[in-house]
Amino acid sequence: MTSTTSTMTPPAGDAGRPAAAGASTGPAIAALITEAPVPQPTLAKTFAAMMAREFRVLRRNAVGTFTRAVMQPLLFVFVFTYVMPKIGGGFMFGGASTAAGAAGAAASSVNFATILVPGLMASMLLMQGIMAVTFPLVMEFSWQRTIEDRALAPVPIGVLATQKIAAGAAQAFIGALIVFPIVLVVHAAGQAPHVHVTNWPLLVVILVTASLLTASLGLLLGTVMDPRKMQMLFAVILLPATMLGCVYYPWAALHQIRWLQYLVLINPMVYMSEGLRAVLTPGSAHMAMWAILTVLVGGTVIFGYLGARTFTRRVLN
Amino acid sequence: MTDSAMQPPAARATAGAGTAIRTEDLRKTYKTPRGDVPAVRGIDLNVPSGELFGLLGPNGAGKSTTIGMLTTLVLPTGGRAWVAGIDVVADPVGVKRRIGVVTQNNTLDMQLTVTENLEFRSRFFGLGTREATRRAHQLIDAFGLGDRRKAMATDLSGGQARRLLIARALVHRPEVLFLDEPTAGLDPQTRVNLWDILGVLHDQGQSILLTTHYMEEAEALCDRIAVVDHGEVLAAGTVDELKDGTGADTVITVRYEGEVPDGLAADTGLAGRPGVGKVETDHDRIRVFASEPDGVLGELVAAGARAGLTVRDAAQLKPSLETVFLNLTGREYRE
Repeated sequence: MTSTTSTMTPPAGDAGRPAAAGASTGPAIAALITEAPVPQPTLAKTFAAMMAREFRVLRRNAVGTFTRAVMQPLLFVFVFTYVMPKIGGGFMFGGASTAAGAAGAAASSVNFATILVPGLMASMLLMQGIMAVTFPLVMEFSWQRTIEDRALAPVPIGVLATQKIAAGAAQAFIGALIVFPIVLVVHAAGQAPHVHVTNWPLLVVILVTASLLTASLGLLLGTVMDPRKMQMLFAVILLPATMLGCVYYPWAALHQIRWLQYLVLINPMVYMSEGLRAVLTPGSAHMAMWAILTVLVGGTVIFGYLGARTFTRRVLN
Repeated sequence: MTDSAMQPPAARATAGAGTAIRTEDLRKTYKTPRGDVPAVRGIDLNVPSGELFGLLGPNGAGKSTTIGMLTTLVLPTGGRAWVAGIDVVADPVGVKRRIGVVTQNNTLDMQLTVTENLEFRSRFFGLGTREATRRAHQLIDAFGLGDRRKAMATDLSGGQARRLLIARALVHRPEVLFLDEPTAGLDPQTRVNLWDILGVLHDQGQSILLTTHYMEEAEALCDRIAVVDHGEVLAAGTVDELKDGTGADTVITVRYEGEVPDGLAADTGLAGRPGVGKVETDHDRIRVFASEPDGVLGELVAAGARAGLTVRDAAQLKPSLETVFLNLTGREYRE
């Protein structure tokens, strides 16, 4: 094998000497068949290779991807937990904690930074899940239909959909881990968030299920979105999901506006924020854990199933 | 990896014996808001292993849909198909393990380099990391992409991209190689270069099915050809068989200044003459299929003159796939 490769003639360029190129590379082309390795694909190997491909691309684009992702939460905590308390003497966020305080006695001591830690992590999860799955998928389905490349890998199409969810969830998970120290340390003196993890396994469960939920949602959106209307994604999905996703206020505080408190229950983002709130900042009021886990797991299953179904339909004509 | 992991060519030859592709009344109808659109209307193919088989037809003939069904990405709406002996609907994964596909579009992974495109494809097919890297470099060298190893797939020229697509389809030594319009849009030099590559692969016993709308490509490369139009196989066989099968070797076409009047064809006295097959009238032209074409052109011009028609142009096509297509469809070949 090695000897054959070393005796290969130098490659010919595109414009070089095409007639000779065929002749000179003939033995090398022939050797591709006579000296081919015997592939033994298994579902696990193919899945692992696809994940490795995703991590290679993520690593290559990591600085750009995460810089873009981190700017929004970084500036948000800077302005609202550093600049505003300094210039406003806390007039504004005294109000915020009163609102939260009205939700229950437990919440009265909670400052805005404490509310923001789980909220901005959840917001990062949603952004990354959608960026990692929806955008590439829309590209793969339009233009040259590059999805066919992966679709020809020796696994069922459903596995391909599952792999996309897994890869998107991994990126979302990493994003949340990156944003955590930022929202933790950026604040004015005396405005530190009260983060206190008592149940580490539950934190992992919440982070993983929330990552899977956002990636599943990303898959569904990526398969149903019209590529020409991608701008609408921000206006119609991401912005309302975030603003009405209990990122900037705990769900309990919405009891002042009953109709909104019920309406936001259709927003999966609420359960991601509240789930992280429950495990990271147990001092603040949060939704019941059974409700959070039911929606995170159930939502993943439902969005994942629907996403995989539309994905398969679009891959197979 | 050691050489023991390489399967000896002899074993491959035995394993490859049999049928590469078989279809029975294979059909595909697309459902659209404007009603059902039949793309493939019952195609029967039988391609033995080791053959280079061509589906020849104009754009929209159903070639890509057929290749899509054989490569499991298009679900048939009727009939059956087997690739390497495996049913494409019942076991698509089994089929995908045994085929290499060169798509018509550039479906390279644009986020990866040339080498990575080949490495990851190798790993998708179960090769280990080191084995995949070695296979990638073997393919890169053989396909003359040595100076583009680290280039991103987005930065390749059309010809380079096409070569990489073919290289990528070969990573796992597929039993059947599919190429959908492999030379469409390439310059003539690159095209001949790819023909050479396909020729070498074919010499090594690689089963190949390609689609093309280039007559000369089918004629230059293929052992056998199926002429396809409007989702049906019009004729199949070797190029020689197809030419013989039509019963008319040369096609003489004369186009007049105006519509050909009724009776002009009869007036030529060509019909029924020894060595002359069909005489067809088509709007402003008369087409004659003749094994002995001498004098036919003169008769057509003279008959036109008697009817007061000036000849606009005339063509005499030597026996080729083009004349076969004309004979089968009564239409000139539109590429």
